[in-house]
Amino acid sequence: MAQKNDWVQIHIDVLKPSERATNIPEDTRHVPLEMWVKGHLLNDAAEIGDTVRVRTKTGREAEGTLCAVNPSFKHNFGDYIPELDTVEETVKSILFGGKKDA
Amino acid sequence: MLDNSYAAVMARKNEIMKRAVGMDYDRFESGSIAFDYEGMMAATGYSLEAVRKIQIEEFQIGNTPLIELKNLTALARMCAPQGMGARIFVKDEASNLSGSFKVRRAATSIHQAKKMGYKGVISATSGNYGAAVAACAAKAGLKCIVVQECFDSKGIGQPEIIEKARKCEALGAEVVQLTVGPELFYMFLRMLEETDYFNASLYTPFGIAGVETLGYEIAHQCRLLLGRDPDMVVCTNAGGGNLTGTARGLKKAGCGAEVVAASVNLSGLHMASDTQFNLKSFTTGHTGFGMPFSTWPDRSDVPRSAARPLRYMDRYVTVNQGEVFYTTEMLAALEGMEKGPAGNTSLAAAFSLAQTMPKDKIIVVQETEYTGAGKHVNAQLSFARQNGIDIRFGDPKDEVPGKSIILPSHPSMIKAKEADIEHLRTSLIHNAQKMTGKTPTEADIEFLAEETRTNTTFVKEHLA
Repeated sequence: MAQKNDWVQIHIDVLKPSERATNIPEDTRHVPLEMWVKGHLLNDAAEIGDTVRVRTKTGREAEGTLCAVNPSFKHNFGDYIPELDTVEETVKSILFGGKKDA
Repeated sequence: MLDNSYAAVMARKNEIMKRAVGMDYDRFESGSIAFDYEGMMAATGYSLEAVRKIQIEEFQIGNTPLIELKNLTALARMCAPQGMGARIFVKDEASNLSGSFKVRRAATSIHQAKKMGYKGVISATSGNYGAAVAACAAKAGLKCIVVQECFDSKGIGQPEIIEKARKCEALGAEVVQLTVGPELFYMFLRMLEETDYFNASLYTPFGIAGVETLGYEIAHQCRLLLGRDPDMVVCTNAGGGNLTGTARGLKKAGCGAEVVAASVNLSGLHMASDTQFNLKSFTTGHTGFGMPFSTWPDRSDVPRSAARPLRYMDRYVTVNQGEVFYTTEMLAALEGMEKGPAGNTSLAAAFSLAQTMPKDKIIVVQETEYTGAGKHVNAQLSFARQNGIDIRFGDPKDEVPGKSIILPSHPSMIKAKEADIEHLRTSLIHNAQKMTGKTPTEADIEFLAEETRTNTTFVKEHLA
């Protein structure tokens, strides 16, 4: 549930597959062009999935489907990659000799 | 009510652009294939000194350190034949505002937008340029929108691009995110039309003039530090502006260093493919941009691109994804510098090229870029593995973009591969004829000789 002025993210289908450019690969031509925009909710209240209007950071108004309230970033440094430790050990042992912890 | 269908918006392209770039490109046109490139570059009205003044005084950018990579040089020499292994230096552009050289490109554009009275700027970019524009707009008190190609149709975002979205937002920009496809340009046009903001394109003369200071600084820093000019400058190449601006700056400083373009080899992957979007571990600095933009620069978001890399490059080399990731890890392990990875494309190439040059030669890698969650060697290898990419040690030659990432078993296996520059030059000549539909005049032939850094005999031999 989002209230007026909450910071939200909306989703908009910009172009249906049939409306897309013609010079694009087959796989891309079969899916719509989608867009995500963030802004302050202009509606009094809304649920995820409702069609709502928002005012963006630059003051534009946009309409779309409410998909997140207080959207945040979740990207990170990923899972452990053992190969990177091997690279470190290899180049240090070539240049300085021995294992890095020796 | 405006007709906002794809066809209608694209048909209004020229008038939207005219309002949004604050420059009348028509006056540089010959009516045929040729246009007045140097006239367009001069039309900014800013000398290199004036650009430096804007960058240093108004935005506090540039004058980044030139760092000698002594351990990487020592390692390269251990992999090289006796007596070989040029000294490798890197220009630490990550220490700039917003974390990359791209801010040089943004500063002059934002300065111009402000001067012309625009209320805001828009940029279509999934790369470091977005953060650069956002940072300069913040300083100039202008509004800023960054339009990104970010997700595949399953809504899965490229972690490198998600990080850039975060950074743009952190610097005050509105970020508009799209799924894969060239229609990003269509949305970009709609936004320009809706807001009447300035098109802070990467490809205007303002942007390219901004990069000239980078080449200029390299020449002067080498003279100050080493008492001589560099022998080779390696530039990561995508849209061509990095190389074009750097090479022009080197020339303006009177420096004749060999200029080498380097891109990550992503051949076989289609840049507009929804299903291949998340199978590539580099979203810039790769051949998917580097090759088409070199052979037809005017595919950009302005009527005529100021980035024309084939005019300036002496050589074009490619490296593999695994080689760039390996080099990124080497840079951290041996030099204590955590940067890139995409910006380390030129460093991977330089590590290999240095081994072909005598020890007393100097090779400069002209940029680093900031690293962070999402855009980090660990994050990108992890994302690749989640997407089923086979990551292993072996011979980088065996890497198949979209299927495998081969980390070299030994650093001596990092080998920059020479691209056929004559083929690229021929492609540009063919593209110029095909895209304009014109029969070349004598003036066009001379123009194409300049475009390809050849002569009129070469152009005449290769006309379609």
